[in-house]
Amino acid sequence: MTAAATVQDVTMRFRGHTALDGVDTAFEEGAITGLLGRNGAGKTTLMQVLTGQRVPTSGRVEVFGARPYENDRVLRDICFIKEGQRYPDHFRVQDAMTAAGLFFPDWDADLARTLLADFDLPGRRPIKKLSRGMNSAVGIIIGLASRAPLTLFDEPYLGLDAVARQLFYDRLIAAYAEHPRTVVLSTHLIEEIAGLLEHVLLLDRGRVLLDADAESLRNSALTVTGPEEAVQAFARKHELLHTESLAGRSRAVIRLARPADRGSAAAHGLSVEPTNLQQLVVAMSLQAPAARGPRSLTPATDLEEVS
Amino acid sequence: MIDDGGPIFRQVADLIENAIVDGSLAEETQAPSSNELAAFHRINPATAAKGLNELVTDGVLYKRRGVGMFVATGAREQLLKRRRSEFADQYVRPLMAEAQKLGIPARDLAAMIHEWETQR
Repeated sequence: MTAAATVQDVTMRFRGHTALDGVDTAFEEGAITGLLGRNGAGKTTLMQVLTGQRVPTSGRVEVFGARPYENDRVLRDICFIKEGQRYPDHFRVQDAMTAAGLFFPDWDADLARTLLADFDLPGRRPIKKLSRGMNSAVGIIIGLASRAPLTLFDEPYLGLDAVARQLFYDRLIAAYAEHPRTVVLSTHLIEEIAGLLEHVLLLDRGRVLLDADAESLRNSALTVTGPEEAVQAFARKHELLHTESLAGRSRAVIRLARPADRGSAAAHGLSVEPTNLQQLVVAMSLQAPAARGPRSLTPATDLEEVS
Repeated sequence: MIDDGGPIFRQVADLIENAIVDGSLAEETQAPSSNELAAFHRINPATAAKGLNELVTDGVLYKRRGVGMFVATGAREQLLKRRRSEFADQYVRPLMAEAQKLGIPARDLAAMIHEWETQR
């Protein structure tokens, strides 16, 4: 695989809080990666170091073979759409489009026009008078029309209704099909985007909990139900992520050691259900604290003020 | 449609196989493109392409350069043959397991199948 961006042993500390803790990963060129994890897991911080908005405390970040920080050549190839993006006070919607067109070398003005109509955005309306959802739509349109070789969306859907979110996903698939590029998408609405992802990066308190191909995850995760002892016997051979019991029966979320073992659960007398990405992420995130002590109480929203 | 069971590329391949088996996608007609499949099922185009390529490897589809993918002649017969051989494992085995749980002997099961057939 060719990596569009690599992150090597990156640690990011803010006054007594470690937002990223020795993160090692790579973002495959031309793939859509889902950046998942609970609030405060480090998703936004990771995107900030990828886009040169922060310099990590230690470690190395490379995007298209160079460090992004204050590197104009690299930054032109990056479009970072964050939640609650702010624009200059006097900007109208069309001013934001014009400015983006000047900045991004591959800007697709036709696509931007189509998307403005799709999302029902009035071009002459001042951005500060837009509703929250419409503000998010402005960011989404810029992100899609930028055609930036590395496009990052950080929870871009705030305030968007279900119809507009569906529109975003559909237009993302279409734009990506026409011009494949590297996309990183952070979201809590995992089920809505699960089918779009080729790769999944799950963070938990600044560490990588899971870094895997989405298809192999689908193949390896399952939920088994049956007599407690049979479930436990089966779980011992695999990776037990989460278990609940009631009246002698257990339900367990399991990651198979080998996908081919899927059939062997039935042989143990267990009923098997597929486990979707959201259930897997919840199970893994819940399992994580036991291994590493109590969850830090520092709220993620404080990070902005600290730096 | 696409569900949570197993890899999406395999499900894409299964959907196309189903269409070939039930005749809605005839031999020597064009199969949907990966981008059409991606848009329709709201999945990653690369994943859809992987499903199509799987069918090319199996000889069910073939590529016409610059045009797209087409259903191979003999694809339906090939798929029917494979599915018949998988039938016992996929359908008879769970049927027998449930029957056993409920205490239904095999001959009663056979009678039920016969009855169902005559009533239809």
